[in-house]
This record gives sequence, structure tokens and C-alpha cells, in this order.
Amino acid sequence: MRRLFSGRLAVVGALVTLIAVVVAVAAPLLSPHNPLKQNLGNTLASPSRVHPLGTDNVGRDILSRVIWGTRISLVAGFVSVVLAAVAGSLIGLFAGYQGGRVDGAAMRLMDAVLSFPPLVLALALGAVLGADLTGVLIALGVVYTPTFARLMRGQVLTIRGREYIEAARALGASGGTIAWRHVLPNAATPIVVQASLSVAFAILAEASLSFLGLGVQPPNASWGSMINAGRGYLRQAPWIVFGPGAALFVTVLGLNFLGDAVRDALDPKLRV
Amino acid sequence: MGRFILGRVLAIIPVLVLVTAGVFFLIHLTPGDPIDAMMAESADPSVKAALSRQLGLDQPIHVQYLRWMGGVLRGDLGRSIRNNQPVIEDVGRRIRPSVELALLAIVIALVVAFPLGILSAARRNTAVDGAGTTFALIGICMPNFLIALLLIFLFGVTLRWLPVSGYTDPLEDPINGLRSLTLPAITLGLALAAVITRTLRSSLLEALSEDYVRTARAKGLTERVVLSRHALKNGLIPVATVLGLQLGGLVGGAVITEYVFALPGVGRLVVDAVFARDYPLVQGVVLLIALAYIGTNLLVDLVYGFLDPRIRYR
Repeated sequence: MRRLFSGRLAVVGALVTLIAVVVAVAAPLLSPHNPLKQNLGNTLASPSRVHPLGTDNVGRDILSRVIWGTRISLVAGFVSVVLAAVAGSLIGLFAGYQGGRVDGAAMRLMDAVLSFPPLVLALALGAVLGADLTGVLIALGVVYTPTFARLMRGQVLTIRGREYIEAARALGASGGTIAWRHVLPNAATPIVVQASLSVAFAILAEASLSFLGLGVQPPNASWGSMINAGRGYLRQAPWIVFGPGAALFVTVLGLNFLGDAVRDALDPKLRV
Repeated sequence: MGRFILGRVLAIIPVLVLVTAGVFFLIHLTPGDPIDAMMAESADPSVKAALSRQLGLDQPIHVQYLRWMGGVLRGDLGRSIRNNQPVIEDVGRRIRPSVELALLAIVIALVVAFPLGILSAARRNTAVDGAGTTFALIGICMPNFLIALLLIFLFGVTLRWLPVSGYTDPLEDPINGLRSLTLPAITLGLALAAVITRTLRSSLLEALSEDYVRTARAKGLTERVVLSRHALKNGLIPVATVLGLQLGGLVGGAVITEYVFALPGVGRLVVDAVFARDYPLVQGVVLLIALAYIGTNLLVDLVYGFLDPRIRYR
């Protein structure tokens, strides 16, 4: 833990992430107004004491919508990465441990997924799975799975030949037990590192998909869709874009700092 | 080198088979009936049946796949259900703005990243290095659409120097063509520049700490010569790798950038097809993008093998 927070940027990253999590969890308590309540008598109002980040084109309070949008962004970032890490680790573990044709087939499948530009694949999957948050979560989960599968497979191939695995086999442990109890725990560190680095990118990807119109649908708030809705009012009310834009940038920056710190603490060899 | 190229080309074949199968089955991932998803619920059942026949969805799945694959191999990617145009013609009409945008973005990225990356490494821990590192961090953490909107706000809305949407063909009207591509290309180029700056800085710092650089300095060579003739040559190899890895990001960025700036490119076509639920068009464009991506990655692999002979002998 001391090694994790040894740098100044790591502390900043952890603080930003902590604030984002608190805001997401306590959104109903922190939100000064109802994020969905329209007020057509007060549209495009500039920032003031009542509305610190102004109001949008239908008079909704932008700060409240940014606060509620934090939930969507964090859920998208963490859930899609967890989905990808679990699916990828299982595929990589199975492929690496089985070897031979199973390994070849699984890895070619992962290569095929990697052959699509990530955003284009997520867009196509999101389109067929449905333009809602679940569709986006599954789409991003699929996009990030191959990275984890390849990482896990590489680890398994290294660990498979170690003496303690030979010993477990000699003691009569089954393949499943060896993979679950001996290989997986020893291969987990790079997966944790990769997961911590991927969350920020998953949040950016969700925001990009929301910006294009997939993901959480209006009137519910997500940072990407708020920015898209505000781009038509850049001249009259740029704050519609700047509020969620700043929240997105600061959160991603903080998660990047934290991800780098996790990598440096757990796997110093990968330090850039 | 011949064996290396052949090996890389052969390795692509199973991936191509899986990619085409994946794109074919995309339409079948739709929850419920894909025809219902493509057409309004109220559409005439006979119209729905006709579309189902046209797309071959009334056939068994293996027949559908073989028919579709046969078409793909003949260059027939089907027809858009919106305008009944062959997909390949739709893409053909849209490809030029996308290629122009990508090339201009790469030029901007290299022009920004090289001096910044080299200066950051050469003057480590100075204000210049701080500026370079901060720029890289901002570029990596800021999504394309936000960069685009900030540029539109500054250069389009506030200063009114450049157009904020639309496309003029640079071959027909070079000045206005370049003006229409400037903001989109900067948007796409800055994100790429950020990654290249970071990679170049760290690879140069690593090269500068090597023994051969110490020897070069001990020989009395100037710092400029040490940097340009010794460190930079080796520092460029990771940059080539990163450029290859960033191709996916470049395509994704192009989709967003074309959408924001209303450029009539392939990226915009994908977004339009997705929201019109024009699945044959989505399938066709996604397949073509994936093939172009695989082809470019193969090219990068081969160039990388040429740049670094160790790769060829692995």
C-alpha cells in the first residue's frame, strides 16, 4: 500500500477516484436539483449560485446531471472491465492450460476480435444488442476481452512448467484444481494491472458511444450524451459542454494516475 | 525476409475466415427478429417478408452464410436497405474524405510529436519537458469529441477563422478544401501526437542511458550528433510499433471526428448505418474497415520486420 501511494500523482489519482466514487454513490444526496426536471422558463442560463454549472436547452440543472452522469460513467468503466477481465482470464486460462488445438482456436478467435478497430466493433455490437447501457457494457466487455485472454494465456504458459505445478500434479490434483488453485492466483497480477489501466479507457469509450447516441438514452444523463446535446449551443451556452467535459477529463486523468500507480507498485518492470 | 513475409500473410488466413464469419453473424445477434429491428413495427408484413427474402433470412443459416461469403468473394457486399445502392459503391464514394483526413492527421501528429518528444527527452526535467509531458497526458485523457468541440469553440465560434462543419474537395478547391479539413485533422492528429510524444520521449530517454551513447559522448561528439545519429535511430523503433497499435484508435477517432464535423467519410457512413438500422450496410462497412485494418497492420508488421531484423528471426 505504501508503495502504491509513494508518488504525488498516485495520491492525486486515488483522491480523484475516491471523490468520483463518493459522488456516484451519494448522487441523490449531493444533487442540488432533480436532473430530469425541465424548466422552460430558465433555459441556457449561465452559471449562477442556484445553478453553479448553468442550465441546458430545456432548463435542467447541469451540475445535477453531471453528478448523476458520474454513476453511468463509473458503472460503464468498472463493469465492462470486470466482464472483460473475467471472460478473458477464463479463456486465457483454459487455452493456455489445455494447449494444442484448443489454444490455437481460442487465440485465433481473440485475434479476430482484435482485427476490428475497437470503437467500430463496439458501435456495431452496440447497434445490434440495443442502444442502451447493457448493450454498451457487453460491447465494451467483448472489445477488451482479447487483451486479458492473451495476457492470462502468456502467464499460464510460463507458470505451467514450474516445479510447484509438477508437484501438485504428482500429488494427484486434477487439471481443474491445478488451474484454479495454483495457476490462477500466480497469474493474477498482470490482470489486475491491466484492469486498472483499462478502466479509464472504458470510461472514454462509453462516453464516445453515448456521444454518438448509444448507451443511456435521454432524458437520463450521461456525460457523453450531455456533451452531444450541448454541441448545438456552443455559441450561446458553452457551459453545457464544459461541465460534463471537465468531469470526464478529470475522472479519466485521475484513473490514469491511479492505474499507473497500480502498475508501478505491482509490476515495476512495466514502468514507462 | 521472404519466409517472414509468407509466414505473416499465411497467419492472417484463419483470422480472415473468423472475421468474415463474425461480421456475418453480427446481424443474428439482434435480440428478436432482425427484420423487426430494421423496419417499423407497423410495416406491411408483405414488405417485411420481401426484405427477409432479399436478405436471404428465410434460408437455413448455413445457406445464408455460404451465399453471403460467395458474394463477399466476388466483391458483392450486398445492398443498403435505405437507398438500395450496392454497399461497395456507397463506401467508394465516401473513402476519399476519410483517407485525406487520416493522412493529414498523421502529418500533424508527426510534426507536433517529433520536436516535442525529442526536446522533452533531451531537456529532461525542464520546463520544456514539463510542457511535453503535460501535452501528452491531456491528449491521452481527452476524448476526440471534446478536443473537437474545444477547437470548434475557439477557432470556429470565437475567432471565426475556420469552418466548423462540411467538406470541400481539396482537389477541386485546394484552399477551402484544406480549410474544411484543418480542424478535423488537428482533432484526430492531437490525440495521436500525444501517444507518439510519450513513446518517443521514453524510448529516447532509454537510448540516451545506453553504453553506446556514453561512448559517443566520450569520443567528443556534440550532443546534437549523439542525439540525431545514435539515440534517435534506436528510439524510433518503439514509435513504429506504437504507430501500428494506434491505427485502431485512429479509425475510431475518425468515426467521431467525421460525425462532429459532418464530413461525408466512411466513419460517418458507419454511424448513419447503425442508427438507420441498415444492417447490410453496417455489415459491409464494418467488414471493409476490418479488412483495411488487417491489411495496414500486416504492412506495419512487415515494415517493423524490416526496421528491426531481430523480429524476422523470432
